Amino acid sequence: MKLRRIKEFGITQMRIILGNRFGIVGAAIIVFFCMVALLTPVIAPHQPWETLRDADTGRLAIMRPPSAQFPLGTTALGRDVLTQMIYATRTTVLIGLVSGLISILIGANIGLLSGYYGGRLDEIMMRFTDVIYGMPFLPFLIVLIALFGRSLWFVIIAICCIVWRTSARVIRAQTLSIKQRQFILAAKARGCSHFRIIYGHIMPNILPLLLLYTAFNIAWSVLAEAGASFLGFGDPDNLSWGGMLYNLWISGKIRSAWWWFAPPAVCIVLLVSALVFVSRAYEEVANPRLKQR
Amino acid sequence: MLLNIKNLKTHYRISDGVVKAVDGVSLSIGENEVFGLAGESGCGKSTLIRTIMRLTPDTAIVSADELTYNGQDLMPLSDREYRRDILWKKISLVPQSAMNSLNPVYRVGNQIAEAIRTHVDMSKSETRQRVEKLFKGVGLQPALAHNYPHEFSGGMRQRAMIAMSLALDPGLIIMDEPTTGLDVLVQERILRELKAIRKQSAASIFLITHDISVIAEMSDRIGIMYAGRIMEQADAMTVFHEPYHPYTLGLKNAFPSIKSLDRELISIPGSPPNLAEDIPGCVFAFRCPFAIDACKTQRPPDLEIKPNHFVHCIRTDHVEQFRKLAGEKKTWQSLK
Repeated sequence: MKLRRIKEFGITQMRIILGNRFGIVGAAIIVFFCMVALLTPVIAPHQPWETLRDADTGRLAIMRPPSAQFPLGTTALGRDVLTQMIYATRTTVLIGLVSGLISILIGANIGLLSGYYGGRLDEIMMRFTDVIYGMPFLPFLIVLIALFGRSLWFVIIAICCIVWRTSARVIRAQTLSIKQRQFILAAKARGCSHFRIIYGHIMPNILPLLLLYTAFNIAWSVLAEAGASFLGFGDPDNLSWGGMLYNLWISGKIRSAWWWFAPPAVCIVLLVSALVFVSRAYEEVANPRLKQR
Repeated sequence: MLLNIKNLKTHYRISDGVVKAVDGVSLSIGENEVFGLAGESGCGKSTLIRTIMRLTPDTAIVSADELTYNGQDLMPLSDREYRRDILWKKISLVPQSAMNSLNPVYRVGNQIAEAIRTHVDMSKSETRQRVEKLFKGVGLQPALAHNYPHEFSGGMRQRAMIAMSLALDPGLIIMDEPTTGLDVLVQERILRELKAIRKQSAASIFLITHDISVIAEMSDRIGIMYAGRIMEQADAMTVFHEPYHPYTLGLKNAFPSIKSLDRELISIPGSPPNLAEDIPGCVFAFRCPFAIDACKTQRPPDLEIKPNHFVHCIRTDHVEQFRKLAGEKKTWQSLK
């Protein structure tokens, strides 16, 4: 019974995403990157930090443009760009998914509780959200890193602390509208608990919006991570796309090594736009008027 | 008596003072009785129901000398106890605009099942059978339980809400405007359904509407509400044939009668008072053609004229004169 409902839910989501041309493209790109992230050790031709040599001459393969041996060229330290890209995809997808999902979890709950209960709780939570709105992401991350050191998890924590704020606001607004509907009063009269009303009656009604903001939050997380890593605040042990750009920048070869620059830059744009395309498919459900244009 | 209410007050706090939405209502509903409460919009009908169902917002201040169901005092119960033991098991509700009272994202049958399983332990298959039985009881095909609310017509949704209210065999069903927003044919069918339910189950019905004709057709006893108070309360026949209160007399004038179609309808001039103001006397005094000075200064008691006939008026001894004058248009126009 439970499984059937999950399956039904999945089919509905598929239909929403695949019913939109951009949604199909977005979903395809996301699936592609997820596959790469899952299969990283299998498909990567080398190790990310391995210094490589040319097959024919045996010399160190430093700054080689794309060739048969190195499809995406090599870095200033003789490392394979393709391998680094594959490993970086794993890190980026992980950070994007984890912090995107955690932040929507925080944002949705704060929005739902704040909107539903109102009064003092609403006041406290929304003023807290305002405070978070006043918090700039990078300085916050820098302080975190200065205190605890560079690590993947601090990047995730920093992103989660910041990204939830917009989803909380929007979901609160929607909750305020839904909770005034007649069927919520009817559910209260039926004796439903507050918990049941919030998660059983209000949340399903704002699900399209929730999924829209999930996609947004993941996209925002990917961008934030890329920005932070590019500035050198990423985890040095877990290479990400932003981290690759950072390495390129400090090597001083950014003007000559286009093969090193293009892949991470293009992938960041590609993944973020794919997420936006998918969220657009949800937006059309949340706001059907968009469809007619 | 099944439900006993004495001097119930529900006041809403506003920025400067209180709005006395319900101000000293007393009524009682017997077993297997239909009590019809009529009143114009904004007179406090819905607040009264919300108070009984404990659905008032936080700004409401509720007090009562007595609020009992079947002898059990309801006032000291906590919200949780109320939700668990009273709501739906003993008192259920068919909300106003039942059209919008079903959650659009769930199947109708599942929502009725939810009402059942919130309160009693019942296996899934038993619940499904119960839902099917309820659907049949209100004239809906059991297979429709798998449909979503938007696939239902207005009348079907109303039936579904009635089925839901019957789910746990409550002693009292409160129906808030059960026929409003339906066309007359569907209204007629819903009323027929309600009458059938009355025959089958022992439940009392508390029927609230501004449609006097629905009240007249269904009720054993009638209350006439105005500006948060009940003006007159008696059995159905008495209210229509021997009314005492000037407001009831005025209402009678404002209604077309099938026997005398050419009769001109006389409306009551003016509008209800602002309930945020302190009204020491009778709330109807400002619109009453028979009001004397005492009406404006002293609050009338709920006078029991005859057994079970209560009138909220101090001048009931002049009723013969009132009845005669109330039928004339100039009596009411003289007010302006």
